[in-house]
Order: sequence, then structure tokens, then C-alpha cells
Amino acid sequence: MLKKVLGVYLPLAAFLVFALFPFYWMLISSFKANPELYSLKANRLWIANPTLDQFRDLFAKTAIIKWLWNSFFVSFLTAFISMTFGIMAGYALARLKFPGAQAFGLATFITYLVPTTLIFIPLARVVQSLGLSNSIWALVVTYPTFLIPFCTWMLIAYFKSIPKDMEECAMIDGCSRIGAMIRIVLPMAIPGVIFSAMFGFTLSWNEFVYALTFISDTTHKTMSVAVPTELIRGDAYFWGELMAASLLGSVPVALLYSFFMDYFVSGLTAGALKG
Amino acid sequence: MASIAHVESTQARPWLRRFLKPEALTGYFLISPAVFLMLVLLAYPFVLAVWISLTDRVLGEPGKFIWLGNFLKLLQDSLFLQTVWNSFVYTISTVFLKMLLGVILALLLNQDIPCRNLVRGLILMPWIVPTSLSVLTWLWMFDSLFSVVNYILLGAGLISKKIPWLGDPFWAMVSVIIVNTWRGLPFFAVSFLAGLMTIPRELYEAAEVDGALRFRQFWHITLPLLQPVIAVVVLFSTIWTFADFQIVYILTHGGPINATQIFATMAYDVALVAGRIGEGSAISLFLFPALLVVIILMLKYLRRE
Repeated sequence: MLKKVLGVYLPLAAFLVFALFPFYWMLISSFKANPELYSLKANRLWIANPTLDQFRDLFAKTAIIKWLWNSFFVSFLTAFISMTFGIMAGYALARLKFPGAQAFGLATFITYLVPTTLIFIPLARVVQSLGLSNSIWALVVTYPTFLIPFCTWMLIAYFKSIPKDMEECAMIDGCSRIGAMIRIVLPMAIPGVIFSAMFGFTLSWNEFVYALTFISDTTHKTMSVAVPTELIRGDAYFWGELMAASLLGSVPVALLYSFFMDYFVSGLTAGALKG
Repeated sequence: MASIAHVESTQARPWLRRFLKPEALTGYFLISPAVFLMLVLLAYPFVLAVWISLTDRVLGEPGKFIWLGNFLKLLQDSLFLQTVWNSFVYTISTVFLKMLLGVILALLLNQDIPCRNLVRGLILMPWIVPTSLSVLTWLWMFDSLFSVVNYILLGAGLISKKIPWLGDPFWAMVSVIIVNTWRGLPFFAVSFLAGLMTIPRELYEAAEVDGALRFRQFWHITLPLLQPVIAVVVLFSTIWTFADFQIVYILTHGGPINATQIFATMAYDVALVAGRIGEGSAISLFLFPALLVVIILMLKYLRRE
């Protein structure tokens, strides 16, 4: 028993503290009033007088509701678009034989590896010539470029694990290929579809480089960019507000993820093994 | 019989038919949205990046074609050479740390522990939460005056004076390495855990019968069988870390005195802050050889599997 405490629980506890302490710090910083936040004498790891002042300031003085809405709007829409196109492309690659299928599969795989920082400069110009700069539509259009490859690869694995017999029967009975895909295969691939949509939502919610580059107006920003750029004014850091806003920006994905944790872990492990 | 007839019929018809049979047409229809988006918003910008990097374009002016001028200039620029060095230090040390700690954490998570799923979920938090927001928290934790990290370390008697986390070139690099490791470790650990769970128990039982020690079991069974997952995860992480932006951008802005400047942050500063778009594009393109190496290794590896 002692061996297990020293060999397993203690190191695991250390990893948990390392992983979670920043969130604890974010949490307690956002419920402190400024005098306590900047006091060098108080016990800094605890809250003496919890207060909602920071949140009140945030909602009264900043466009945080708009930023949260922008994040929701962009993430929801891009997750939906990518899921749809990912289902289509994933099904084609998993089931259909056509010239160029392999090349397309390879291209999506490579696309998945391309970092956004490699092309953000020219992409800003493309976005501009599409008339989308400084609009959240710039994000709706560009996010699927890195989400679709992910969804496609995720779903290829799921579709391949579903036996072909049932859709073949349906097609013999007169169902079209696309009809078989929608009515037979898709319902069986629901866990994969939910996982890829959720993951797409999270990746969009967290995206930073494109949102920072394409959008400059306060009211069009998403949470991930608005908080570090709009709440830091010059050299002044309002840590209470910053932490409260960070908390608000983190809670949606943390909640989403806690509801679907089993999907997440199983999807992630399946993806990692096949990736 | 049917398959022979099929082969003959496709050989007899012109090659174009292969593209026009119903199955192929359905395939093209299904992949068309993905292909369209990838061409317009990925392939075209990439070509554009190469083109712009060969010009001396600045914001608001078209600029003229200067061949490899930007690249040659960069290779003689001491700030850029420092950026190259920093990027390598940052990538190599974080990928190594994540790999080492990731294996340890995966082994721990694979043990029989209470609330296993909850623990696994909590460990994943740093990877799920928006990086820009969690890095802001680290920025606050490393604050020069109010650093809670120093508060704890001083309180525990581990250090005798405050560490200038973000104010000193050496410690700033240490800070970004810590934060990157913090953020990326969950992905490593959970991927390795998935790999561990596929290793059959019987192998360990057989080893125990033979009297093999724990460490030797790890060295001769676990590690070789985990190797494919480790290789893939390391390759993924290498390219993402090499091209990383937000951790450095928010934590240090590349400072102090460019001690933590890496490719993406320098490209951003040069192209979008200073407005020298041609030069900035050239800096971004230096990520391309790294990407190419990773792609080649990955394809080689996956093909062998």
C-alpha cells in the first residue's frame, strides 16, 4: 500500500496540481476585489471576501456579451459546416473507389499538418479580396480549412468500422448511394459525428492566430482574442477583470467537454491510434 | 467471372470512363466542398505566400520582385538567426519534456486508481481550455510583483529570492517552455494511454513468470510496443510547436530583447506590426522545410506500419 501511495498517488497528485493550479488561480482571482487581489499581506491562495465586482465591471464596461456571442456563433457554424463536409468527404474516402481518391486522402492528411502560422499573412489578403476582412464571416470561411481535414480523418475511421452489408442491402432494395449513406451509415456513426462536431467547436472556440489577424474591430472579436487584446489597455493589466473574462471564456468548452467526456476520451484515443 | 468481365470492360473503354462512372461521380460530388475550400483558402494562399516572399512588398505598396532577396537578407540578420535558435531550443526542449512526462503520466493513468475517468478528464483540462485565456493566467502567475509561483516557492523555502520569470532572457525561455509543456502534456499522455491500453496483459504475465523486473518489462515490452504512437505524437507536436504562436505572443511578445522570439511571432511582428509583408512571408516560409520533413517522416512511418 505504501508503495502504491509513493509510486502512484503522489506523482499523480503532483501532475494534477500542475495541470489544475492555473485554473484554481483563475477562479480565485476572478472572485477577489482589487484591494485583496493586489495585497502582498493577505493569504493569496484563498479568498477572504468573495465578490462579484469583477464580473459586474466586465458586463457593465466591456462588450463581453458580444464577444461571447461571436465565439458561439462562429464555433457553432464552423463546427456544423465542417461536420457536414467532413461526413461527405469521409464517406467518399471510406467507401467509394474513384481515380484521385488516394491523392485526396493524402492531401487532407497533409492539410491537417499545415500550421495556421504558415499562411496567415497571404490568407489575410485573400480574406480582404473576398470582402470579409474585419468581419466574423472571415472566420466562418477560414476555420473549416483546418477543421474539415480533422473531421474527415476522424470519420473515415468510424465509417470503416461499420459493416458494408447493410448499406449494400439498402442499395439493392433501390436506395441510392447517398440515400444509403444518410439513412443507414450516418445513424450508426453518431458517436464519431458528435465527437468531430464537438471537437470542431472547441478548436474554433480556441483559435487565435486567424482571429487576431483578420479582425480589428472590438465588436467583431471572439473571446480568445478579445480578452487578451481589449482588456489589456496599454501597460495596465486589470487582473481581476482579465481572470473573470478568462473564466467566462473557458467555462463553455469545459462544460461541453464534461458532458461528453466519455465520447471525448474514446474518440481521442481512437483518433490517436488511427492517426 | 464477374470481376474478369469488369476488368475487360474498363480496359476496352477509354480512360475517361473511369472518371464518369456513377460511383466516381458520387465520390467527386462528396469531396467537392472540401476540395474547393482547400484550394481557395489553403493551396492558393500558400502559392501567394511564396510569391509575396519574393517581393519587397510593404503595407499599402505593391512592391517589386526581388527574387530571393528577403531570404538572403534574413540569413544575415542576427535577430532572425536568434529566432531560428530560439525556435529550435523551444521545440526540442518542450517536445522532449512532453514525451518524457507524457510516458510517465500515461503509465500512472493506466494504473488501477479511484475515479479513473474523472482524473483522466481533469488531466486533459489544459488542452481543452482556450490557450490564449489559460496563458493569460500564466502571465498573471508570472507577474513581476505579484507572482503566485514565487509566492509559493518562497513560502515553501525552495528559493531565497524572487525569480524574474518574464523579465530575464533565460527565465523567459524557461517560462514559455513550462507553459508549452503544461498545455501539450495532456495530448501526449492521453495518446500514450490509448497506446498502453492496446498492449495485451498476457505479455506482462508471461514476463512475470519469467521473473522479469518492472523496469525490464517497461524497457522490453511497453516501450517497443508504444513506439509507433510515440513517433506519431512526437511528429505532430514537433510541427505544431515549431509553428507555435499564442503562448509566446501573450506571455513575452518575443521579449525580453527577443530572447523568446520564434518564427511565427517574428513573422507577425515584421509583416503585420512593421508592415514589411514580403519579409514577414519569407519568415513564415522558413516553417515549410520543417513541415516537409515531418510530412515525409510521417508518411514513411505510416506506410511501414
